[in-house]
Amino acid sequence: MTDATSQTGLPGAQPRKSLHAADARTRRRNASEARFRFFGAAAIAISILALIVLLTSVLGNGLSAFRQTFITMPVALDAKVLDKSGTGDIEVMKKVTTIGYAKVIEKALTAALAEKGIATDGLDAKQISGLLSQEAAASLRNQVLADPSMVGQTVDVKLLANGRVDGFFKGRVTMDSAKLDSNISPEQLELALKMREAGLMSVSFNSGFLFGGDASELRPEAAGLGVAILGSAYMMLIVLVLALPIGVAASIYLEEFAPKNKWTDLIEVNISNLAAVPSIVFGILGLAIFINFMGLPQSAPIVGGLVLTLMTLPTIIIATRAALKAVPPSIRDAALGIGASKMQAITHHVLPLAMPGILTGTIIGLAQALGETAPLLLIGMVAFVREFPGAPPEGFFDPASALPVQVYNFTQRADPAFVERASGAIIVLLVFLLLMNAVAILLRRRFERRW
Amino acid sequence: MNDMRIADRTVSTDTAKMTARGVQVYYGENHALKDVDIDILGGTVTAFIGPSGCGKSTFLRCLNRMNDTVAVARVLGEIKLDGEDIYDKAVDPVTLRARVGMVFQKPNPFPKSIYDNVAYGPKIHGLTKSKAELDQVVETSLKKAALWNEVKDRLHAPGTGLSGGQQQRLCIARAIATSPEVLLMDEPCSALDPIATAQVEELIDELRSQFSVVIVTHSMQQAARVSQRTAFFHLGNLVEYGETGQIFTNPQDPRTESYITGRIG
Repeated sequence: MTDATSQTGLPGAQPRKSLHAADARTRRRNASEARFRFFGAAAIAISILALIVLLTSVLGNGLSAFRQTFITMPVALDAKVLDKSGTGDIEVMKKVTTIGYAKVIEKALTAALAEKGIATDGLDAKQISGLLSQEAAASLRNQVLADPSMVGQTVDVKLLANGRVDGFFKGRVTMDSAKLDSNISPEQLELALKMREAGLMSVSFNSGFLFGGDASELRPEAAGLGVAILGSAYMMLIVLVLALPIGVAASIYLEEFAPKNKWTDLIEVNISNLAAVPSIVFGILGLAIFINFMGLPQSAPIVGGLVLTLMTLPTIIIATRAALKAVPPSIRDAALGIGASKMQAITHHVLPLAMPGILTGTIIGLAQALGETAPLLLIGMVAFVREFPGAPPEGFFDPASALPVQVYNFTQRADPAFVERASGAIIVLLVFLLLMNAVAILLRRRFERRW
Repeated sequence: MNDMRIADRTVSTDTAKMTARGVQVYYGENHALKDVDIDILGGTVTAFIGPSGCGKSTFLRCLNRMNDTVAVARVLGEIKLDGEDIYDKAVDPVTLRARVGMVFQKPNPFPKSIYDNVAYGPKIHGLTKSKAELDQVVETSLKKAALWNEVKDRLHAPGTGLSGGQQQRLCIARAIATSPEVLLMDEPCSALDPIATAQVEELIDELRSQFSVVIVTHSMQQAARVSQRTAFFHLGNLVEYGETGQIFTNPQDPRTESYITGRIG
């Protein structure tokens, strides 16, 4: 094109203009881009802010659950009370209930206070022992029954303090609120302060929160997540063992072998739909099939695991199919061209290349299942479970709890001490989720190959 | 054009290795290949030329039943390898493909080591009894593919780390490691630079001593350089098939003449 023709102004030809002065059209275009970038940055800023608020609230409320007030004192384990036969026979010793131990502890506490020279004016014995958790006697009994040789000796034991005393040291309970509280009085709190100064009472790491079972409404200080963590672990094991092979096999069949026709289209649509089905529907399904029809026990990890497997399968299938689709067809051609069978081409070449995607999908599915609450409520996992389930495989059929359900459970209880425990359980849940995502990233890095 | 040729025009045998009679291919409703009759000779390089979409790659993929992997493809007619119908129900495409190897347009080494790439075929077909034998097969295949000297010190480096030309020769080594009788090459040089192309072309001529080679190419110069026989496809028809020199110097069909002189295509 010559200069002459370009200046005659063909339709669509650009008029000559300076590069240094942007015209209105360019300015508009740039402004819209700048606007879009601003909205994007603003959206991210808002989500980061929301995340910070969430984390501060959860951490602020929940971190204190990992610390607990304990009373450490020497306890004289009176053989006359605890081992009436004097033979050390464990069956006889088991007949002594926690009431017997409570008396021993009460006596020990009074003695310890007297030894430290702490005045207990105006407090009766019941009020003094009220500083201890109701759980203290049970835990001492368990310790003694585990090691009967302790009887007759004076041993240093670490016992849980009452939840109100614990709340006082954590700032949840104040002198003012204690005045209105039937469970604790300001005088008792004064005594607790003196005991702390004397070294009888201290706040330290609370392993019981991670490894202990749940406890009743009346003893929030003893409530732990152990059963819930174990129950969740059992369920994740079941989900992994069932959902991964079934999901991967189904995806391989659908992606590589199944004929493309109306039926496979229908199946495909339904898998996508299943992924979007509200999880509580899976809970009803599990209740109907696994508990009512098949007669599996309620509250059992096996039922929870099966329900969560059903829920996780679509996620795994969709992720696996996407990963299989992403493997370049040239690799399949190469293998088939050498004379590999379809199955060999898939297992030797396609599957290893799709592995990072499959594993990521699986772990995301597992993480989703780990945090799932609604279906578990329906199959009875919301029950109060104190006892640990047994070792697998029998343990799969024992009642257990699950982490998210435990959070729900804690939030339902009246005592304010459960607020920190619910948040603490959320922290544990989040830590597990982060760990799983970290594993997903690591596996991805490890298996990722370029081609 | 004749000056550039690297291939000897004489054909060492007149026996047909593969014969095709009345081959029709449909992709769904689309009649992609119409009534193709051809004899692929043993110990010969046969070139398929023709404009894009003329069916030459389709026909090549019929020869080792790679079209089976395309759900909508339907192949009619008869293709025989050494007198046996390869579309017979009794034929397992897997054993067929071990005898009729294939090299693809784009180099597609497995994302594994060079050694594993070449050893894969012999391994899955159980061709070797010991590690030493397998080493031997890998070495001979790489030598035949003129790649041995470049990779012998890094056999366990990834095959995908090689240059494009080296990757394509690796794919050829992988294809010949199973000692096929026919080697199909679908535009093996289209992704390669001229030097790599020259290396592969030389290699093709050497391979002729052991296999029948069928090569699909867009480059008429390449067909003229490497082949003894040339088949010209146009719009799904096999227009003309004959001795390469004759096709290029004295084509019988006006369409062939138009194509090689550049008027169509």
